[in-house]
Amino acid sequence: MTETIQHSVISVLIEDESGALARVVGLFSGRGYNIESLTVALVDAEQKLSRITVLTSGTPMVIRQIKAQLKRLIPVHDVCDLTEEGPYVGRELALVKVVSSGDRRTEALRIADSFRARPVDTTAMSFVFELTGSPEKIDAFIELMRPLGLAEVSRTGIAAIGRGPSVFHLKKEPV
Amino acid sequence: MTAAERDAGTGNEALNGAEVLLRVLDEEGVEVIFGYPGGAVLPIYDALFKQDRIRHVLVRHEQAAVHAAEAYARSTGKVGVVLVTSGPGATNAVTGLVDALMDSIPLVCLSGQVPTKLIGNDAFQEADTTGITRPATKHNYLVREPGTLAQTVREAFEVARSGRPGPVLVDLPKDITVGKAPLTKPALSRLQRLSHQGGPDAEAIARTVEAMKTAKRPLFYTGGGIINSGPEASELLRRLARKTGFPVTSTLMGLGAFPSPDPQFLGMLGMHGSVEANMATHGCDLLIALGSRFDDRVTGRVDAFSPNSFKVHADIDPSQIDKIVPVDVRIEGDVRDTLEALLEAWGDTPAPDLSTWWNQIASWRSVDGFGFTQDMDPSAIIRPQHAIRRLYELAQETGRDTFVSTEVGQHQMWAAQHFQFDKPNRWLTSGGLGTMGYGLPAAVGAQVAHPDALVIDIAGEASTLMNIQELGTIAQYRLPVKIFILNNHYMGMVRQWQELLHGSRYSQSYSEALPDFVKLAEAFHATGMRATHVGELDDVIRRMLAHDGPVVADICVAEGENCYPMIPSGAAHNQMLLGPDQDSEAAGLTEEGKMLV
Repeated sequence: MTETIQHSVISVLIEDESGALARVVGLFSGRGYNIESLTVALVDAEQKLSRITVLTSGTPMVIRQIKAQLKRLIPVHDVCDLTEEGPYVGRELALVKVVSSGDRRTEALRIADSFRARPVDTTAMSFVFELTGSPEKIDAFIELMRPLGLAEVSRTGIAAIGRGPSVFHLKKEPV
Repeated sequence: MTAAERDAGTGNEALNGAEVLLRVLDEEGVEVIFGYPGGAVLPIYDALFKQDRIRHVLVRHEQAAVHAAEAYARSTGKVGVVLVTSGPGATNAVTGLVDALMDSIPLVCLSGQVPTKLIGNDAFQEADTTGITRPATKHNYLVREPGTLAQTVREAFEVARSGRPGPVLVDLPKDITVGKAPLTKPALSRLQRLSHQGGPDAEAIARTVEAMKTAKRPLFYTGGGIINSGPEASELLRRLARKTGFPVTSTLMGLGAFPSPDPQFLGMLGMHGSVEANMATHGCDLLIALGSRFDDRVTGRVDAFSPNSFKVHADIDPSQIDKIVPVDVRIEGDVRDTLEALLEAWGDTPAPDLSTWWNQIASWRSVDGFGFTQDMDPSAIIRPQHAIRRLYELAQETGRDTFVSTEVGQHQMWAAQHFQFDKPNRWLTSGGLGTMGYGLPAAVGAQVAHPDALVIDIAGEASTLMNIQELGTIAQYRLPVKIFILNNHYMGMVRQWQELLHGSRYSQSYSEALPDFVKLAEAFHATGMRATHVGELDDVIRRMLAHDGPVVADICVAEGENCYPMIPSGAAHNQMLLGPDQDSEAAGLTEEGKMLV
């Protein structure tokens, strides 16, 4: 039995009904699974389906359990382990507020540019940068901003989707 | 003229939500509801009053309603139905719901709720019932629109009985049951995608049968899934065991699926299982788990569990496979279908020669781990094992269909060891959750389902007090339930663990200030009996079984008796404690084990 801890990005298609997210979150807390980040939004208004992307970690046996337990939830339509299924794109959006002046301000703007971070709010004293990318890229950006007046960070957590033409959900289910 | 009068006779009369609810229950074949009224469910009780198709059994506490419904479900194969009010009614039901969840019992619990407009306002008797019961149920619902009521209740039944069964709660705000609601036609449910499609995987069946043909030391390890799958699954298990000649062991929840007196049956395995079952589990080279879930009470130390076997796990719930013990072959699906496929693939293969294996099993069996010596001097103290053996033998003599419920503790384990079952659905016990107070209300549920059967609650004096108020229910419905209390003045299993693990410091486990159970029975219009010595035992059991009304039998048994064999927590199956004289450290009783439950 291997005890190596692996990270997994799991996508869950779930009916958008009252309490659905609580069932997923409660499952993780109740069974002692990790949530490193979790995002959720409606993705199919017609079928009333939301997509949850959860970044989790555990031994391979625990990751299998997480998927199997998620599938038992009645409103869950499908569960997909993007890490296992093949290459995927994972992106996170961050809003980063930097408060500084003089050289530090100029330097912040220069670095933001090289990261393709956009200032979405500018005052004489501050910037709010919008940045998308992998969590690692955002981590790197935040570290660089730290000595340049980093004041506040808001991150969405990762949203992910498989690469290539294959699709995770196309099944029309009777609801 | 009211709308109801106008529509009367057209088949489209305007019904209120409560009436729609009862119509749907009737459609679902519900005959009995176990419940307790209160403000938020008054409209439902009013609708119940006006009809005579569905019976209502009034319990004395909502927890008991759920246990009664569990036993009703377990002993009939139907979905049990519970009706409780909002707030405390629902919170009292929670223990029962978790009990049903752990033991995979199909239930629908209908709870009242404050009107939708008041939800979230801390109204009188308001509780966040769906929030509280989310991890206590297989699924739950809050009905917010009258238009969804009928279909929600139908889906609740489908969820409860499909796949791995479990409890489902439907929270019903009062405005939904008071106001008009449409009796919508049954619609295609979203559940169809959940039910397992097709039979078990053919390759998995082929690999299993291949392993079965070459195994030298095979073993079937069966569980409650066989009971849930229905009597046909028990029948198929018996046929497969006959054809292959393999030994069979069972979990606590699976007792009755295979006849206990059969020579191919090794008895229950696990913490208080038989020597032969545990040694065979440890020593087998092929372990086929059928509708069982490798519970910690079964496995003991997981890394030492059945260390040299090829493992097959068949379960209807894929999340149970590879959860605790990694297996070599996984078979998803209803165990009935799996057994059928295994039988077909086995075909007319002659039973292999397993004489070496059976000789080994015979030598383990000769240890007689359940053995005890009863001093038969009439004035001798009754040993609890002897009381259960005599209860079984004398119940057998009556020739009546017998259902046994238990509370939780030593008496439960002794009942599992010494009472024999040859049919499924006759053994009603709280396995996963281990709920003291289960047995008395469970006996109520079983007797309501089987009015002519002999229903016995094998109880301990501590457990039975946890739901003793149900003697009132028993009196009201004239249920001839027999409550057989093994009274040792201790929470016996707690006392046993304190003796073995905590230096015999019996902290709070003595049953101080017990009631006089004979007088207690009489106060509840039942018959009380007492046996204090062996000489009185048979007579008390005979009179109890012959009496046509409810009986509470207070059987005074040896106080210090421990339940053996015992695999201490953290130990392996070949490290059983067989009796009080054995060195507990040699049996793997460790500090680490002490931390386990």
